[in-house]
Amino acid sequence: MAEIDTSSGGGHKKGPGVKKAKKLSTRVDLTPMVDLGFLLLTFFVFTTTMSQATAMNMNEPKEDKDQILKVKNSGAMTILLGKGDQVYYYFGQLEADKLSEEFKSTSFKEIRQLIVDKKKATPIDDLMYIIKSDSKSTFKNSIDILDEMSICGVPPGHYAEVDITPAEQELIRQTEIANGIQ
Amino acid sequence: MPKVKLPRKSTNVDMTAMCDVAFLLLTFFILATKQKPPEVLAVTPPSSVSSKAVPDKSIMFTMTKEGKVFLMLGDETKKGDILENINLTKALNLSQAEMAKWKKEEFIGVPLNMVKSSLNRADKIPATQLPGIPNDSTNNELVDWVRSITNVYAGGNQRDLEQMLMVKGDNDALYPIFKNVKMAFKKNEIYKFRIVTNSEAVPIGSELYKQAISGDKND
Repeated sequence: MAEIDTSSGGGHKKGPGVKKAKKLSTRVDLTPMVDLGFLLLTFFVFTTTMSQATAMNMNEPKEDKDQILKVKNSGAMTILLGKGDQVYYYFGQLEADKLSEEFKSTSFKEIRQLIVDKKKATPIDDLMYIIKSDSKSTFKNSIDILDEMSICGVPPGHYAEVDITPAEQELIRQTEIANGIQ
Repeated sequence: MPKVKLPRKSTNVDMTAMCDVAFLLLTFFILATKQKPPEVLAVTPPSSVSSKAVPDKSIMFTMTKEGKVFLMLGDETKKGDILENINLTKALNLSQAEMAKWKKEEFIGVPLNMVKSSLNRADKIPATQLPGIPNDSTNNELVDWVRSITNVYAGGNQRDLEQMLMVKGDNDALYPIFKNVKMAFKKNEIYKFRIVTNSEAVPIGSELYKQAISGDKND
């Protein structure tokens, strides 16, 4: 009569026709992972800026009426900072009849040479740089000029910040108009 | 004749080692990089040749392009004392709860008469819309702030305070603002402070460069 085949299906029958389950290798191809690793590494290395903030020392003079320094005209150089990164300078004292000759304008690029030249030409005891900032000059200008002093090796005490006089402000205005500085 | 068979080598290289190295370097660089604290006030400082590092703890006056001045009290141990001091000396009448709230503020950027109302606001004013600390010559509140700071640090080493006082300014901040900040220091008899700058290489051939080469340090 009818026979039910119970042996096939579900039964674990080991025999020549039955294939063994293949043992998969545990090795994974790591190439994409390496790629990813180096990609991230390169990204982080390039996006990191090595900006290290530094601190610059700043010494302000004590406002002592008795200790006003007398500066020799021969050793003084006055540097004025105006708007538009302009620098003006004169040596000694300004005289009314020779204003246009003495009051000169320059830039931050050239001021270094002028500072160095003045330093070489003057005995160190007489040397004095007077820095005056106009109200239109920027914070960057005043830091740059102080930085310029340390670049040129001007010893501390041989430069000072002084308030600008109205006459000098007026001179800067006129020069700015003449040179067309906005 | 039998053919000589060249053994066929697999072109697969073990990538594990390379992967290890890549991730090791990646981890190293990520951990070694110091995270810049998030800057709420966008300020680009000028550069200088100075090579001294900015201390971690600092009292920072920040001048923005628009001419606003903000104050950050970085010394957590004294921050509360300074705020307490200004609360007393300027009679701000802040309650205990308001003081606690003020201590949590990252920086100070409102006039003294607005402190109370700004602390009680439900919504926070964005940093860019804060008015800053008034600093003109008629009403220079920075003087009061510096006074409170010196009061709190009085008795301690004056040099420590000088090392901590920092002024940070934007390139385009106008000179009068800087002058007002300096004035606030001077009025409180502080003549030494520091400016935060970006470091810059010493120009080759300059006097300072020669000094550095000859190993003669000039501070």
